[in-house]
Amino acid sequence: MGDRIFIEFGNYLSGLLALAGAPLLLNQVILMIVKIVGALLFILLNLMFIIWLERRLAGWFQARVGPNRVGPKGLLQALADVGKLISKEIIIPGAVDKVIFLLAPVLIFVPSLVLFAVVPFGRGMIPVDLNLGIFFFFAIGSLSIVVFFMGGWASANKYSLIGSMRAVAQMVSYEIPMVLSVLGVVMITGSLKMSSVIASQTQVWNIFTQPVAFLIYFAASVAEVNRTPFDVVEGESEIVAGPMTEYGGMAFAMWYMAEYTNVILVSAFAVTLFLGGWLAPFGWTFLPSWVWFVLKLYLLIFLHMWVRWTYPRIRVDQLMSFGWKVLVPLSLANVFVTGFGMYVFRGIGW
Amino acid sequence: MITGTDLRDRLEHDIKTDRYVLNMGPQHPATHGVFRVVLTLDGEVIVNAEAVCGYLHRGIEKLAEARTYTQVIPYTDRMDYLAAMLNNLGYVQTLEKMMGVEVPERAEYIRVICAELTRIASHLISVGTYSIEIGGITGFFYCLRDREKILDLIEMISGSRMTVSYMRVGGVSEDLPAEFLPQVKKLMKELPAAFDEYDGLITGNEIFQARTKFVGVLNPETAINYSASGPMLRASGVNWDLRKARPYSVYDRFDFEVPLGRNGDCFDRFRMRILEMRQSVRIIEQALEGLPEGPFMGKAPKVIKPPVGEMYHEIEGARGILGYYLVSDGSPKPYRMHVRRPSFINLGLLSELCRGWKLADVVAILGSVDIVLGEVDC
Repeated sequence: MGDRIFIEFGNYLSGLLALAGAPLLLNQVILMIVKIVGALLFILLNLMFIIWLERRLAGWFQARVGPNRVGPKGLLQALADVGKLISKEIIIPGAVDKVIFLLAPVLIFVPSLVLFAVVPFGRGMIPVDLNLGIFFFFAIGSLSIVVFFMGGWASANKYSLIGSMRAVAQMVSYEIPMVLSVLGVVMITGSLKMSSVIASQTQVWNIFTQPVAFLIYFAASVAEVNRTPFDVVEGESEIVAGPMTEYGGMAFAMWYMAEYTNVILVSAFAVTLFLGGWLAPFGWTFLPSWVWFVLKLYLLIFLHMWVRWTYPRIRVDQLMSFGWKVLVPLSLANVFVTGFGMYVFRGIGW
Repeated sequence: MITGTDLRDRLEHDIKTDRYVLNMGPQHPATHGVFRVVLTLDGEVIVNAEAVCGYLHRGIEKLAEARTYTQVIPYTDRMDYLAAMLNNLGYVQTLEKMMGVEVPERAEYIRVICAELTRIASHLISVGTYSIEIGGITGFFYCLRDREKILDLIEMISGSRMTVSYMRVGGVSEDLPAEFLPQVKKLMKELPAAFDEYDGLITGNEIFQARTKFVGVLNPETAINYSASGPMLRASGVNWDLRKARPYSVYDRFDFEVPLGRNGDCFDRFRMRILEMRQSVRIIEQALEGLPEGPFMGKAPKVIKPPVGEMYHEIEGARGILGYYLVSDGSPKPYRMHVRRPSFINLGLLSELCRGWKLADVVAILGSVDIVLGEVDC
C-alpha cells in the first residue's frame, strides 16, 4: 500500500520538473540530490533515535533508568547532547598537527555516508544499484581506518597513537574474515549487486543457508565498528579513548556519531546480505517493504547493543589470534562447504 | 626465499625498535583515583612499571598527633573510605588493648556485624570496578545496586553512609536501631542470589576468563616476601586470615571458611572476593543469631589516656592486614601513630606483576590488587 510512497514521490517530482521544462540532466541531478538528502535524513533521524535507544537499553540492562527527562521518554536527549557539545570549545593541544587533527573528525563521516548509496532501503529504493555493490561496501568501508590513523597520529598523544595502531591491526585481521564470510553469499547469489542479492532470497533467507557466515559477519562487524567486546581501539580502561582522547566538543561528537552511523551501516548490510533485505517474511506484505527493512535493521542494532552491554573487552592480542586463528579458517571452511554444497545440489538438480 | 627464522632474525636485528615511556595517570580513568604508573613499553609489552603514589597524601598519621585519641577515629574513616568500619575497628581495638578496656558482648557482636557488612560493601566495589576494568560496564551497576542496600543499613546504624565513625573505645557509639535487624536479615537472604548473578555475568564469562586467567601470576613465595596480605595473598594459596589465624574480637565463635586460590592469577584474586563475601554473609547470619542483649558500651574512661608505651595491633581488613601502631606518652594525644595499610603494601607488587604483560593487563593487574588511594597515600 504505502510500499511505493517514496518512489511515487520521486516520480512525481521528476514529472513536475519535466513539466517545468528542465533538461534531462538537471532533472536527474535534482533527483539525485533529493535521494542524498533523503538518505542523510534517514541517517540523522536514526542516529538520534539510536543514541537514545542505546542509553535507554544500557539503563535497562544495568538496573537503572537511563535518560528520561528531555522530551517524551527522553527521546530528545540526543538533541540536548548535541546542543551542549556544539556550545563547547574544541580544545586543540599545542603539539597537534592542526589540519589533520581537525580534518579527521570530518572525514570519518565520509566513508559511512558514501556507503549509504548502495543500501537498499526498500523495494526499488536503492540510491545507486551498483553492479559491484558488495565490493564497494568493503572497499570504501575499510577507508575509515585511514581516518582513525589520521586522528591518532595528529593528536601527538601516545594513547591516541596506540589506539590508532590497534585500529589498523584490528582492521587487517577483521576485514579478511568479513569478506570471506560474505563470499559464501556471493557464491549462492552469483552477483555482487545488492538488488540481486535480495532477489535471490525470495525463497529462503541467506541466514538459513549461511548461518556460519552470518555469525562470522556479525562478529567481524562488531569489531569493524569498535564496540565491546572488540572495542580495543577505544579501550577506555587502558588507553582512555584511543584516537579520540584529545578531541572535545563537537569534534568528539563527530567520532561518536560516526560510530553509530557505522552501526546502522553494518546492520543494514547484514540485513541485506543475510536477512532478506526488505523482503517480508512469510509473505506478510501488509507492511511496506521499507518498514520491514527498518524492523530488521533495528533487530540487528538491538543485538549489537545487547552484546555491548553484556560482554567485557577482549585483549588486543587475543583479538588478533581470534581473527586469524578462528575466524579466517572458519570462513574459509564455510566457502569450501558452500562450494561443495552447491556442486552437490546442482548435481541432483535442485 | 625467506624462511620464518630469517624473518625473525631480520625483525630482531635489522628493524630498529625503540622503547617508549607512557605516563599512566594520575588522572587516568582506571587508576582508582589519583595514582600514577610510569610504564616503559616495547610496543604493547610492559618492560617496566614504576608506581608513583602520594597524590592523595593528607598526612593523617601526622594529623593524629595533634588530636585526642577519640578525635582520630574520624580520620581513620578517611583512609580506606570504602571500608570505614574496619578502620574504626582496628584503631579502637588497638587502644582497648593498650588500656585493657573490656568490651561488652553485645558491642563485640555489633562490631562483627558492621565489619562484615563493610567487608561485603568494599568487596562489591572491588568486584564491580574490576568488571569495568575488563571492559564490562554492566557488572559494575549490579554491584552498586546491592552495595547501596548495605550502605542504607550502615547509614541506619551510624547516620552516615561511608565515613561512619561508629566505633568507640569500649564499644560502639549507638545501639542498633529496632528496624535494623529485620532488614539485615532480609538482605542476608538476598545477597547469595546476587553473588550468583555476578558469577553468571562476570566470573563465568568466557572473555573475562581469557583476560584474567594466568595473568599476573603471583607465586606464594613472592607474595610472602613482599608481605602481601588479604585476598591477594590467599589467592596465591597461602592460608593466612587473621580472623582464623589469630582471632580477635569474637571471630573464634563463628563457623566460616577461608577461601583459597590455586594459581594466584588475576582471576583467583577476583574470585577470592566473591567467595569471601559469601563467607561474610555466613558470619553475619551467625552473629545475628547469637546477638546478646546488654550494654553496647563498656566501662571506658571519658578521656582516653593510654598508659605510656606502645602497641601494635592488626586485624583482617577488606584488602589485607590492617595494623595500627600507637605510641603513647601518657597525654590524651597519641605521640605517634603509624598505620600498616594493606593497599600500600600490596601495591608494592605491581611492577613485579606487570612486567612482560600487555598494556591492557596493567589495568587488569592493578584492579586485582584492589587499592584504595585514600589508604595507599593515607
